[in-house]
Amino acid sequence: MASNVTVTTVIFYVFAVWAVGSALLCITRSNALASALWLVSTMFALAAIFVILQAQFIAAIQVLVYAGAVMVLFLFVIMLLNLEDVPHDWKRWPAWVVGVGLAAVLGTTLVTLHSYTPARLAREVSTMPSPVDPRLVFPEGNALAVATATQGAVGSVAQPLFQGYLIPFEVTSVLLLAAVVGAVVLAKKKL
Amino acid sequence: MLLGPSLALSAVLFVLGVAGVLIRRNAIVVFMCVELMLNAVNLTFIALAQLHGVSGQIMVFFVMTVAAAEAAVGLAIILAIFRHTQSVDLTHINLLRG
Amino acid sequence: MVQLVWLAVAFPLFGAVANALLAIRRPAAKTAVSIIGVGVLAGAFVVAVGVFNALVHDPRPSVPVVLWHWMPVSERLSIDFAFRVDHLSAIMLLVITGVGGLIHLFSVGYMRSDPGYARYFAYLNLFIVFMLVLVLGASLPVSFIGWEGVGLCSYLLIGFWYEIDANSDAGKKAFLANRIGDFGVLVAMFLLWWHLGTLDFVGITMRAGAVFPIGSSAALLIALALFLGCTGKSAQIPLYVWLPDAMAGPTPVSALIHAATMVTAGVFLVVRTASVFALAPVSLEVVAVVGALTAFVAASIGLRQYDIKKVLAYSTVSQLGYMFLGVGTGAFASGIFHLITHAFFKALLFLGAGSVIHALHHAFHHAHSDADAQDMRNMGGLRRWMPWTFSLMLVATLAISGVPPFSGFFSKDEILGAAFARGTQHPIYLVCWALALGAALMTAFYMARLLAMTFLGRFRGGDKAAEYLHDAPWTMTGPLVVLGLLSVLGGVINLPHFVGGTGWLERWLAPVTETARMTMTPLPEVEGASALLLISLAVAAAAVGLIGGWWVTSRATILTPAQSPEEHGFWRAVYHKYYVDELYQKVFVNPTVWLSRRVLWQTVDAFLVDRLGVGGTARLAEGLGWLGSRLQNGQVAFYVTMFAVGAVLILRTLVR
Repeated sequence: MASNVTVTTVIFYVFAVWAVGSALLCITRSNALASALWLVSTMFALAAIFVILQAQFIAAIQVLVYAGAVMVLFLFVIMLLNLEDVPHDWKRWPAWVVGVGLAAVLGTTLVTLHSYTPARLAREVSTMPSPVDPRLVFPEGNALAVATATQGAVGSVAQPLFQGYLIPFEVTSVLLLAAVVGAVVLAKKKL
Repeated sequence: MLLGPSLALSAVLFVLGVAGVLIRRNAIVVFMCVELMLNAVNLTFIALAQLHGVSGQIMVFFVMTVAAAEAAVGLAIILAIFRHTQSVDLTHINLLRG
Repeated sequence: MVQLVWLAVAFPLFGAVANALLAIRRPAAKTAVSIIGVGVLAGAFVVAVGVFNALVHDPRPSVPVVLWHWMPVSERLSIDFAFRVDHLSAIMLLVITGVGGLIHLFSVGYMRSDPGYARYFAYLNLFIVFMLVLVLGASLPVSFIGWEGVGLCSYLLIGFWYEIDANSDAGKKAFLANRIGDFGVLVAMFLLWWHLGTLDFVGITMRAGAVFPIGSSAALLIALALFLGCTGKSAQIPLYVWLPDAMAGPTPVSALIHAATMVTAGVFLVVRTASVFALAPVSLEVVAVVGALTAFVAASIGLRQYDIKKVLAYSTVSQLGYMFLGVGTGAFASGIFHLITHAFFKALLFLGAGSVIHALHHAFHHAHSDADAQDMRNMGGLRRWMPWTFSLMLVATLAISGVPPFSGFFSKDEILGAAFARGTQHPIYLVCWALALGAALMTAFYMARLLAMTFLGRFRGGDKAAEYLHDAPWTMTGPLVVLGLLSVLGGVINLPHFVGGTGWLERWLAPVTETARMTMTPLPEVEGASALLLISLAVAAAAVGLIGGWWVTSRATILTPAQSPEEHGFWRAVYHKYYVDELYQKVFVNPTVWLSRRVLWQTVDAFLVDRLGVGGTARLAEGLGWLGSRLQNGQVAFYVTMFAVGAVLILRTLVR
């Protein structure tokens, strides 16, 4: 078991480095097409990490919908527009300084979130008046593993999705319809 | 479990996405950076779902749906803008100047 | 009958409204205007006689006539629009409607050719309305309506010929000087309400004694505030400056408003509120000293004026000073007595002067001369053409100078006697008496000078103008004759004991000032020889003044205004009225103008309010808007950066 965990961890870090590296390249490439491809690469790495984190169904969707459909749409548009490769304009260095600086501040802020352990969260929430038992909201232990073990990777997702979240799920269909209509209206030259 | 490393990775990816949004001037690249940020948040959901149940994964499902819809509409807008100005450079798009 | 007193007000009110309508619709309908204008006064006089007669036979000394509830604010503050007919208001009613009626009749002839004839009668009727409200009012607020109303009519009539700037300026001056006085009356009203809880004259009389101890500072303050109002309305020092300028109005107006009735309202008010004055002896001393000083100073200015109306104006100021000296000594009946006789002979003098001016104006107009019809240096020898006017003016001159047995002698002598008698208790009254005696001398002098310059000697207006001179028509001489009779006989209403009289007016007015007289120390009687000496002194002053004035004037060579050299020395200061107007201009008017222009207008209004306040707010909004518009630069990247900054800041405040 110990060696298993170690192998998983190693794999995790490989994909993590892959994801970060791809993301860095994604945001620095001057060519939009290259950026898009590096983003696809990041998403593949993330899909792999999702599997490690016991979200196999989501990982599949990530590859199918995100890396597959959405990113193809991006590539399609980029190629449709036939954008030229615009090299970085180093005269805009103040924007770079501001952007990197702001991102750094945000990063350090996020690092401080490290101190928010589940126990501390539960404690802080319990001091606030709450209509529900904080222990129900933040249950201890390996809840997902238990669910997956009894219902399977897809079944554990499907059951709450089509029962507890049925109405939001149906509403998303309306959202998608609206998005399709909107996209057509916006993109079409003449209706 | 790998909760801590996952969250750290999520934070790094999110910050990279923010940096990209702030730095880049190509509207499509900025848009992709937004997708990167969404992915980073998804990772957070997934990581915490191990602890708090499958609801987190369902959130990711919805986020993906919204992202898909957003991508469709957003890219349509970019197309419309390009048709209008022959450019997707954000510095050229300043019709809203006060 | 007494309850019908409102008719005396209603008649002139109807006349004012009707004449105002005629002035707008049919200004040329002069006959109708005359009939209405004089008729309503005749009606009012009949009512006045009826009311007076009823009051004589009425056992009550004072009858309230409530017309309607005016200000029923609360249980404590409830003011009725009510009249109070008592012995004082009844006699004032007679004088106002009687003398007023005569002057209205005179105006018919005098204003005949004026295009504003209907407007003139509308104002004049309205004046009578307010004057009657003033004297009949049962409480201070009601009387104050009349008080303000007569001021308004005075303003309208002084500036009657408003096409000439100087006339409307004189009206404004009168109005502003009166406004200062009205401020005093208002303050007095507030204080009376605060201390006594009533503004009714009877209520004030009854409660004042109970609330204020003798010599209390509150009573003094109230009395002085009231007296400030009196100095404004009755042209006393320091507010007398408006009255000589008020001569810019038509001459009958000067006779009615600025000699016989309105300007005496101050004396009336002091007598009405005598109970308050009596509780503050210092205030009565102030009244007496101001009166005596005014009498003296104004008479001395009158010595060196050439405008016939200016002489009479200063004479009026001087005689009003006499009245205040009278009431200031506590001889309230004497003050009212002099008020009445003065109304007769001063109205006669003004109307006589009006006749002269009218005749000269006519003559100069036909002779195409631009000489001033009011300047006595252009007159002289008018006795030949205007015998009626001359003889009546002579009667009035004798009356005002105090020659026995004319009416002025009795009233003036009473005041002098009272001042002297009071002087035995308090030396300051002796000074007043001396001043008043000097004023009497000067009065006789300038009146003799006026007569001599106007009617005696040689006519200086040119032979051509002399051809057109003639005496006035009967509508003008008629009232003069009646006033002349009254000037001669007016003294009978208050004949003193030493000529066998009974002092009827004094007994008649006794109930009105009873409370006040009981509060004060009684006037000591001046007995036998000293009384005779006093009377001889007064008569001697009159005789010396008259003969001196005639002698000096008839011996001097009088040049027309154009030929006259500049005055020099002391007489120059007198001719320029001691430069009081110039002094007021420098001390009060200029600083006020400076304050208004520099501080209030340019600094406070233009700079602070306009530029900083209004403009500043606009600039601030503009500046903030400019800043906000700089944020809206249309750059999406900039918006995103701002959004990110905000998000990071929020996050940092949430995460600890």
